[in-house]
This record gives sequence, structure tokens and C-alpha cells, in this order.
Amino acid sequence: MNTEHLVQMANQIAQYYAVFPDHAEALDGVATHLRRFWEPRMRAAMYAHLDQHRGQGLHPLALEALTSRAEQLRPAAPAAKP
Amino acid sequence: MTAIHDLDYGTPASESTTLVTLTIDGIPVTVPAGTSLMRAAQMAGIAVPKLCATDSLKAFGSCRLCLVQVEGRKGFPASCTTPAEQGLQVVTQNSKLAQLRRGVMELYISDHPLDCLTCSANGDCELQDMAGAVGLREVRYGFDGANHLKAEKDTSNPYFTFDASKCIVCSRCVRACEEVQGTYALTIDGRGFDSKVSPGQMEPFMASECVSCGACVQACPTATLMENSVIEAGTPEREVVTTCAYCGVGCAFTAELRGAEVVRMTPYKDGKANHGHSCVKGRFAWGYATHPDRITKPMIRKRITDPWKEVSWEEAIGYAAAEFKRLQAQYGRSSVGAISSSRCTNEETYLMQKLVRTAFGNNNIDTCARVCHSPTGYGLKQTLGESAGTQDFDSVRHTDVMFVIGANPTDGHPVFASQMKRRLREGAKLIVADPRQIDLVRSPHVEASYHLKLRPGTNVALINSLAHVIVTEGLVAEQFVAERCDVESFRQWREFVARAENSPEALEDVTGVPAAEMRGAARLYATGGNGAIYYGLGVTEHSQGSTMVMGIANLAMATGNIGREGVGVNPLRGQNNVQGSCDMGSFPHELPGYRHVLEDSTRALFEGTWGVTLESEPGLRIPNMFDAALEGSFKGLYLEGEDIAQSDPNTQHVTAALEAMECIVVQDLFLNETAKFAHVFLPGSSFLEKDGTFTNAERRISRVRKVMPPVGGKADWEITVDLAVALGYPMAYSHPSEIMDEIARLTPTFTGVSYDRIDELGSIQWPCNAEHPAGTPVMHEQTFVRGKGRFMLTQYVATEERVNQRYPLILTTGRILSQYNVGAQTRRTENVQWHEEDRLEIHPHDAEERGIKEGDWVGIVSRAGETTLRARITDRVQPGVVYTTFHHPESGANVITTENSDWATNCPEYKVTAVQVMPVFGASEWQSRFRKFTEEQLALLDQAGAEAQG
Repeated sequence: MNTEHLVQMANQIAQYYAVFPDHAEALDGVATHLRRFWEPRMRAAMYAHLDQHRGQGLHPLALEALTSRAEQLRPAAPAAKP
Repeated sequence: MTAIHDLDYGTPASESTTLVTLTIDGIPVTVPAGTSLMRAAQMAGIAVPKLCATDSLKAFGSCRLCLVQVEGRKGFPASCTTPAEQGLQVVTQNSKLAQLRRGVMELYISDHPLDCLTCSANGDCELQDMAGAVGLREVRYGFDGANHLKAEKDTSNPYFTFDASKCIVCSRCVRACEEVQGTYALTIDGRGFDSKVSPGQMEPFMASECVSCGACVQACPTATLMENSVIEAGTPEREVVTTCAYCGVGCAFTAELRGAEVVRMTPYKDGKANHGHSCVKGRFAWGYATHPDRITKPMIRKRITDPWKEVSWEEAIGYAAAEFKRLQAQYGRSSVGAISSSRCTNEETYLMQKLVRTAFGNNNIDTCARVCHSPTGYGLKQTLGESAGTQDFDSVRHTDVMFVIGANPTDGHPVFASQMKRRLREGAKLIVADPRQIDLVRSPHVEASYHLKLRPGTNVALINSLAHVIVTEGLVAEQFVAERCDVESFRQWREFVARAENSPEALEDVTGVPAAEMRGAARLYATGGNGAIYYGLGVTEHSQGSTMVMGIANLAMATGNIGREGVGVNPLRGQNNVQGSCDMGSFPHELPGYRHVLEDSTRALFEGTWGVTLESEPGLRIPNMFDAALEGSFKGLYLEGEDIAQSDPNTQHVTAALEAMECIVVQDLFLNETAKFAHVFLPGSSFLEKDGTFTNAERRISRVRKVMPPVGGKADWEITVDLAVALGYPMAYSHPSEIMDEIARLTPTFTGVSYDRIDELGSIQWPCNAEHPAGTPVMHEQTFVRGKGRFMLTQYVATEERVNQRYPLILTTGRILSQYNVGAQTRRTENVQWHEEDRLEIHPHDAEERGIKEGDWVGIVSRAGETTLRARITDRVQPGVVYTTFHHPESGANVITTENSDWATNCPEYKVTAVQVMPVFGASEWQSRFRKFTEEQLALLDQAGAEAQG
């Protein structure tokens, strides 16, 4: 997947939730959004970016959501073969 | 002329709830107070002769043919203008009345051609009928006096002819243009004998302001205004009521036929969305269904550089299934997917997502709503609890303040725009928020109180400014909010929007809207009575599209403008079945009824019926599919009715993704732009060729009825069934009604829906279930679907698509009345006469600065690409903003648009692209490549036909 594009999308999500006064709610918002709307290979690519480049370019809230909610967000395994 | 079998009551129905009883020709009849004697008589089965009256128009009382006698009253009142009263005794037939009527008819006929046998209205002419009804036997005046028999025909309009020699000057056409359409293109010029119908200033129809809605043609009682299709083919013999396949208004039409040939489409009087009105597209632009460009044979090819080969349905379906299986075996289960379209029926989109989830075994299904109204689904679900508009169209009759944001109803939703204009003429106020001066801002007898001419991309700043005024000036509907909304979310929102940074003054430089205007508009919306927001793609197609939808819902809740007639949040859906395709589970994260694939109980419900284990992870959205294709993990795509190579942003990115895939299956009417990259072509069927349902912008489910056989041999739902079976997943449906029955079994908001029930009620607005057995015109009446309405915070975030020295202008895109979406249908009709090419609108200042003159070719360059268009210089756009439509593929409007998208849904930001515009002398590089590629692909198509014939 296009990492630059994914980083941009993750940052947009983070920018939306950044205004929430409750930080935990904002983190939940970002993580839940990624879990509910991002296909596993998108999330996998995001974690590959995190692993290889420490999430360079990510909004702090997106970075925190991805690192603190990895159990919820990191896909378990590559997409299954039929 | 109305549809051949329509019963015309002469005057509109009275909405009074008080009943009166009177006697007409000795027959007692009970009617609502205010009903005309003419209508009351017809309700009693008595047809009073008439010419100037028709039930779509207010009574006029000019023809004097409908005279009656009322006991105890003097003279002979016109029954069309005389209201029924308790106890009246009315006589419609006696010798005196007959004598008077014959006298009137003699005058009409003395100045009318007596060519009935060769007239196109022969057998369907009210004048002819009335001559018989009044027993006219002679014309004592003769035919040699002054007359209009040599008046010239106006054949300027491609769809109808105006034959002035047959005009009886009943003014029905003029009144239809005023009352029904609201365009005021027609008047009566002159007085007395010299009176004649005048389009514009005695111009031909095509040169006048006429929008070809057909209301005048429908109102005409003679052959004066007659459809060319009827003139050519003859009077229709039979009719089928169906639903238009153009915009989200979902007009009901009577398809009138001779044999299997459609002769005329007449708006259905009992259609609850359109009430007998139409626009130029639905009324006239249906000829594409039988256009020679239709592809009627399945075709396959290994590579897109190979000639197409016509094959049997079995071979094409078998080839497509084998390819999808091969790809999944080679690249994984998630390497294939599908895109359905809002042009498809509910049943077709339901089957598409079912095929993906069962036969493909993944959730890689998306629909073109992704690129238009996906933020509506997201935003309204978050705030109100349901991904749908809150009202029916008729609600506008009770609206006091209309707030139109980012929509152009007179072009995009013309039939509803006529309803809006009618209400505005009655005195409702109008606020428009749009960078461009849409027609609604100022048109005959309509003028917006405020036109908030904001800069593209600043919607959220605008909605926050409005909210700031409402909160800080004490205009919140406190009781409504306290009773109906989530208190904590409201508290947070109130604190947020009240901040000084959200004031109109602070955001004036961002939005470009003077603070005083913003304050005035906010006050009007909050305090002007019933306030209704109508919005379109100018709201959703932004990087903050979902935020803006939530901002709109916040505003409606804060002012208590939700949950009753006349108010609400009303997304104007672009295509005919945007609402329906979303309802049917066409998004990759949702099963039908907007239930997330992560929910175990939801999956279990569908698994129980479908007999497979369902994938619990969300699938790829359309833009994600493109990225995955370019990355190499997405290899096969099945598309029905969607032309992504023309309609989606950054065309070159899209076509690169298409070229990277190994199997593309296109099911469509024509070899569209996407099909030029396809390996399998399956001939689809138009709305005239199949059964099904569409769901319009007001959640109204209406029947689509088969009018003629599918030209390719199969209805679309049958093709999807065949493909699923070939993939190894059995689908056993013998009729689309069985698909709807399955939808109803699995979807709580549809449990009461069936074809029988739709036939019984005419149409149904979901939710339709035990709680709402006849459907739900207005949602959230007592509580919100989610319980308490939830206010969402809406921080304004400027788009990343910024203007700079290199790209100093903002391009925004839209549509025009005569064309529809990618134009695949309307470009294959006479509608091209109104819009034969897309043009670039540019403000005179920007044009002068660049040395651009009207009609010059200009290059438009963005960060994504470059194209050329001819310039139209107009102050409809503001300085710094340019505008174009995207109806013609060679225009390449989406070569310029970027992949920037809404943060929540990936809906593309079509409405904001930073560009430079300069005069040019030749086509862009992309356009040259496009023309060459198109020529090559058409040659490969020709080879398929030649091989089949050889």
C-alpha cells in the first residue's frame, strides 16, 4: 500500500479527534476508526511503517493510537488464502 | 397531453379535512371543503366538459365550457372555480348548458385545423373529445374568417413540436410553466384574437428560458405541444408505471408503449416524489436504451490490447469465474473485489455484495456512493443514529426557512427544485451557501435572503460560525436539546463553538463571508420558523465532508429543527439509488441495514441464511482498491454500472490501477471508459429492461418495472446470479421480488417491505416494519434512532490542497441540468444540444488577467494532471474560483482532481483542486493519449463485431 497516502489518511483522522477534550476518548476515536474502516493490509502497512521508520510523519495522536492500541489494530496474519 | 389512461379531475385536490355533502345531477357526493364543483362531479363519476382545466393546475376559468347551474344561484358559474358547499344542488347537463357549450366549441373549432384524421393527437385530444361531448354538429361561422391556421410550427426543441395553428390559448402551458415548473418561460403575448403563446420574448423554444421539463407538453389539451416521439410513432397503446433512473428524486413515470417500443415517458400523477412533474432527463432522455452503441453480446479478451471476441453467456460467465478463482488461488482470497453502482436496483446491489461476501469470501465490495454521499452515511449515523435523510420531499410544503448548502437543485434535482420554488413563492425564506451563484439564488419570483458565497473548502468554518451565533446569541432550542439530545456531548459542543476562534468575525477571512451576513443567516435559520437544511455534494466531497455533515446535524438539533414536518436534514442524493445502494450493504464495512461486519451477531444472522462463514474484517474501499492494485495485492475487479475511469478522481491513477489488474469484468450498457481496460464485458440492462426497486433521497422505495425485454438477453440480477453460481455459490432466485423478500427477512428497517406491499401503497419510505407498517415519512419524531442525539465536535481543518503561486485558482466541479453524471446515458440523447461539451467557467477578472476570451481553449493544470477546455467567462463564479462539469470523458475533468479525500470515508475532494489556467492552442498530453487509446479500443471492439459476422 502507498505509505505516504496512508500516513496522510491517518493524520486526517487524528486531526479530527485532536479537538476532543478527553485524550482517552480521542485515542479511542482514532483507534476505533482505524479498526472499523481500514482493511487489514492497510493497517499492516501502517505497522510496517511504524516498525521500519518509527512512524515518521505521523500526527502524534495517530502514532499514539497505533502504538497504544496495537493489540486491537495490528492484523494477526496476512490475508488468508482460500 | 397526460398519459393516455390518466383520469383528470380538472382541479387539484383540496387538503381540507372538513367534509361537505352536495348533490350533483341528483347524486349525493361528499368531498373535502374547497373542492371544485368540477372535481366533485368527477369524483361522483360525472365528467363536466372542460378545456382550460386540468388537475395539475389551479382553476383558471377561461374556457367557459365547464359551466353548470346551481339551484338558487343566478347564471352559469364555471364549475372549475366554484367551490363545493354543504347542501348545494348542482346540475351539469341540461339543454341550456348544452347550448352554451356548443356555442363555445363552435368558436374554438372555427379557428382550428380540421385535420383530425392525420393529427398526431387523433384519439388522444381533449378538443376532439369535447366536440363530441357537447354534441357539436356544425360551425355556423364557417372557416373563412380570420384565423391562425397558417401559424408556423416551432420545431426548435428536439423533443417536442409547438404547432401554433392548433393552439386554443387555454393557457394551460403557460400556467404549467409557472405553477408546476416555476420557470416562467412562457407567457401569452397580445390580447383577444391576437393572443398567442410566447416562449421568452416571442422566441423559439430553444432560444427561450425553457428548460424542457415537459410540463407544458403534458398540460396541452390538443396537439399544439406534442412529443416528437408520438408524432413519429403514433399514439401509445399500453402503459407501465415505473421509476426514473436518473437523479435521487426518483420520479414515478408511466412508460407508454406501442408493442415493445417506448413512445413516451409521462410523469405519473400519483408518484409521491414528483406528483406528476418531470425534468428534461426523465421525461425525454430515455433514447439511450436503444442506442446503437449498446453492446448486446458478451465479450472476452485475454489482454486489453487484444480484440474483443463475442462469446456465449455461458463462456463469458465461465471465463470470468475461472479468472477470479485463478487470481484468488494465486494471490489470496482478498485479491479480488467488486464495485456496484447507485444506478443499479436495490436487488442488484444486494446481490453484488452477497456475491462478494459469499463467493469471493471477503468484504471487498464498494459502491459509487463512496465518491458522493459516503460522508452522509457516516455523519448522520454518528449524530442521529441512521444513515439517511430525515424527511420526505413533501415536508418542504411546511418549511419556513430553506437552507441550501452545496447543492444546485434546479440542475441536480430539478423536480424537487420546482417544489422548493413553489414554497418559496408562497413566502418561505431562502439561505444559500455556495461558492457559485446557483440559479436558486435569484430566479423568477425567488430570491435568497442570504447567499453565503464561501470559499471552496471552508464549509466547516462556515457551519461553526453559524453555530457560534446560535449558541452565543441565546438561539438554542434549550428544551428540545435537554429532552432529546445527549447532554454531555451538547455541553462540549456548546463550549467548543462558543470559542472566539469560531465566531463569524474570526473566520471571515477564512470563509470569505462577511460576518454580518453570517450572523443574519444564523438568526434567520434559528428563529424563522421551520428550518430545513438541504445539502448536496458541495458538502460531502471535501476532506472534511463527514465533519460538515455532522456540523449540519448539530445545527439542526441545536435549533430543534428535526423530528417533525417542515424541518430536518435532507441530503439530496445525486443518483437514483444512492440511498438504496448504501442500504443494501454495499460498503466494505457494513452488511445490509448499516450493520458492521465486526458485529458477531450480525454476521451470524447472515451466515445462517447465506450458509457460509463471513469475513469479519472490513474490506477495501474504492481508493484503497486502486492503491492495493498498484501495490500488487489486488488483481481482479467486477464492476456493475460504474465507470470509475471517468468518474473517479485522478484519472491517471485510476487507469494505472486498472492496467495493473489481471481481470476486470465490466457489466454495463456501453463500452464505457472503464470497459476499455476490461477483459470481460457482460451486457447490462437499462431500467426499462428489468424489475426491481430504487430508493430515492427520501428513503422511498419504488418499483422499477420491466417495460421491454433486455436487449442483451439477461437482466443484471440474472447475470450476477449466474456469476455467483459459476464461482461455486448457488443463488436460486426466479424473480427480484424473492431477493427483496430475503432483504426484508434480514434487515430490521425493511421487514414490512415486499413487492405486494409496494404495489399496495404505491411506494414505501423505510423504516417499514411492525412499528411503521406504512413506512416513515419523517424520522426521529419522538426519539433519535440512536436514542439521544449526539453533538459531535467539528474543528475546522484547512484542506491540504492549497493554492499557491503555481496553482493560484481553486477548481470546483458540478453538474448541469441536461446531463447526468459521466454522461453515458444523456450524451447518447438529444440532450447534447444543451451541453455538447464541458466548459470552464472563469470570472472576468481572472480571465482578463490571463488574456482569456469567451470560447478560448484554456489549459487547466493541477498537481494531478492537465487538460484543456473552452472558457466561459461569467461572474457566476467568484474571482479565484473556476468551475466545470464532468459529463464528457474527453474533457478530462478528473485528470485534474486529486486523491485528497474525506478523513472518515475517503470520499474524494472533488470540490477543491488548486489549479492554474492559461490560454493554449492544442490538446493536453493526456487528451492526445486518451484519443489514441479510445481509437484503438473502438477498433478492437469493431473487430469483435466483424469476427462475429464473418
